Amino acid sequence: MAAWKRSTRPPYCHRIDAAGCIVAPGLVDLGAEFREPGREEDETIQSGGAAAVAGGYTSVLCLANTDPPIDTPAGVELVRRIAQASAGPRLHVVACVSEGRRGEQMAQLGLLAEAGAVAFSDSPRPTGNSALIKSALDYCRMFDIPIFDRPVDPDLVNRGVMHEGCVSLVLGLAGLPTEAEDLAVARDVRLAEATGGRLHVGPVSTMGSVDLIRRVKSRGIRVTASVCPQNLWQTDEMLRSFDSRFKVHPPLRSARHVEMLCQAVADGTIDAIQSGHMPRSREKKMNDFDQAPFGASTLETSLAVVSTRLVHSGLMSWSTAIERMSTAPATIAGIEGGSLAIGSPADVTIIDPDEVWTVNAEAFLSNCQSSPHDGEQVRGRVIYTIVNGEVRYTRRPALEHLAIAGN
Amino acid sequence: MATSEPAATDTASLTFPPTWNRRHLLDLESLSAAEITTLLDTADKLKTLTDGCRRKISLLGGRTLANLFFENSTRTRNSFSLAAKRLGADTVEFSSAGSSVSKGETFVDTAKTIQAMGVDWVVTRHSTPGTPHLLARELECSVLSAGDGAHEHPTQGLLDMLTIRQHRGSIAGLTVALVGDIAHSRTARSNMWGLRKLGAHVIVCGPATLVSPRWTELGFEVAHSLDEILGRCDVLNLLRIQFERFQSRPFPSVHEYANRYAMNGQRMRRCKSDILIMAPGPINRGVEITPEVADGPHSVILEQVTNGIAVRMAALWLLAGAEQGTNRNHE
Repeated sequence: MAAWKRSTRPPYCHRIDAAGCIVAPGLVDLGAEFREPGREEDETIQSGGAAAVAGGYTSVLCLANTDPPIDTPAGVELVRRIAQASAGPRLHVVACVSEGRRGEQMAQLGLLAEAGAVAFSDSPRPTGNSALIKSALDYCRMFDIPIFDRPVDPDLVNRGVMHEGCVSLVLGLAGLPTEAEDLAVARDVRLAEATGGRLHVGPVSTMGSVDLIRRVKSRGIRVTASVCPQNLWQTDEMLRSFDSRFKVHPPLRSARHVEMLCQAVADGTIDAIQSGHMPRSREKKMNDFDQAPFGASTLETSLAVVSTRLVHSGLMSWSTAIERMSTAPATIAGIEGGSLAIGSPADVTIIDPDEVWTVNAEAFLSNCQSSPHDGEQVRGRVIYTIVNGEVRYTRRPALEHLAIAGN
Repeated sequence: MATSEPAATDTASLTFPPTWNRRHLLDLESLSAAEITTLLDTADKLKTLTDGCRRKISLLGGRTLANLFFENSTRTRNSFSLAAKRLGADTVEFSSAGSSVSKGETFVDTAKTIQAMGVDWVVTRHSTPGTPHLLARELECSVLSAGDGAHEHPTQGLLDMLTIRQHRGSIAGLTVALVGDIAHSRTARSNMWGLRKLGAHVIVCGPATLVSPRWTELGFEVAHSLDEILGRCDVLNLLRIQFERFQSRPFPSVHEYANRYAMNGQRMRRCKSDILIMAPGPINRGVEITPEVADGPHSVILEQVTNGIAVRMAALWLLAGAEQGTNRNHE
């Protein structure tokens, strides 16, 4: 990022008219699945990257639930190389915390850190083994790298496919009880306190999680948390359609939880909003509700959902929204970005805050076109995504960024 | 026994209800009281026209019903087949054992393949809730649910209500208790919605692990002691304990369950004198119900089976009729 006076401007720069728009530091996603290598039917680094920049993301942390899982330095290197060849966002790797994502032994965390992994997680698989997560938190103090845990107690989730409550009772679908998340958060934050390791829990979805996180933060314990946009908007009532596009993880909860989560993001108890992008192929999602996998394509709608649900509703300002989607995630991941200060990387997202549009999942650039927001009207849209000074995505005709002749 | 010659009974006495416009029967929660009453009235008429569901009339000749069952069933499947045959329709059977489903074909693909064979109704049973709704979105033909997981079993709910109505004339004002494994019971849910819409007071009774307190939030009475509610009930519907669906045992032993919830001769003596004893079957004799009660004078279990054919005939006829006026012509 640099600034010039009119007189010293380089001879061939491009002009972008951002009148009426929000010029923000590029969005940073704390965890999207790009599924390459091995699960390319769901997403590739190319298609996921295209979806990310269309959603305003300039940096993405991609998760290790690939096949094979990214649990070796060579795996990290492979993903970084493929990413460099595609014109998407900056890609950072969240490597496995356990060998083979089996949740038994620690992966080679030191070597993975040297290879460039910025965080460790078996997500979306929860780390069920308390001894493992304790060791990992302890061990990673040496590298100052965070452990990301998706908080779920495996014994309590059973065969659950949706939020456990009145709606699941009526529909006869097996429930995911809120206490399955609460217990895992309680365990995680206690282990973070005991070890002094860096813990990030997320995405979270329950009032109980918010309560626990608020309490440990007030005691000064170094814990951060994130939430997904769909959990800030939609409730389990959507499941009444039995449509598998609403089978997302964390599950859509009841209205009380949604309200509490929104407040927690507004007041900073929850530090960051992450896309929760979990692409699954149409063939997989087309199955019956129990068989269809959890997952949804969310990179291209996250900003619009936050804008519609949190900003235009008056819950938070644009600067807070950008902090939650850019600055805070960059800090949590310990990566560059999340700032427009001179000297920081030229990663910029330009947003038209008032464009009203209707989500059309079939037009997604992601390979996965299953969206819980398909058909919803939203307000606020990404119009430019600039990565390292280069326009990687725009909705404006090319004519608008004509070179300016002379000075 | 069915006669091979379709009788020329005066089916003219049967007029299609002008207000009926549903193409699918997926659950009872979404039906209105008027629609449920139409189904029950039609079932009564068709039962009479077929001499108690035993004779064949050619009301729906040339049409085809496909049974698409992904879970074991003998009663419901045969009941649907018989209902179709009594009305002169053909049936085709499909079960998941040995089918393409085991070869990785999705549920929807399988249903579309069956539909392409030219069927008018798909009757489906599946262990996953919402599968009939998924099929209704994806298929052109009528879809009838024969049970979807723990969600609903609409024709079972209808046949239970028809049986009660035949004995009591009306459902409004009655107190009906559903006893047993409410958590896993689709029969319970269909009865709960249907009975409430027709004005009954519904009690769900069973161990706390199988009867959620959340039912109270939804307006149903929750009871954990059968003995405490026994004297107030007009109807007891004894649901089967679905041992096969448990991950961890929801009560300490069958003996303890039977001790608190089995309907036996001793409990019968504390009931109203005109109580109706129902069970959706198959029953675990000695668990939910003792043989003396199952075979006793208050039991209407076998009438329920006959009425099952009646409500399924009604559903098939009404759903087929709702398609008239579109460009589908089967004559």
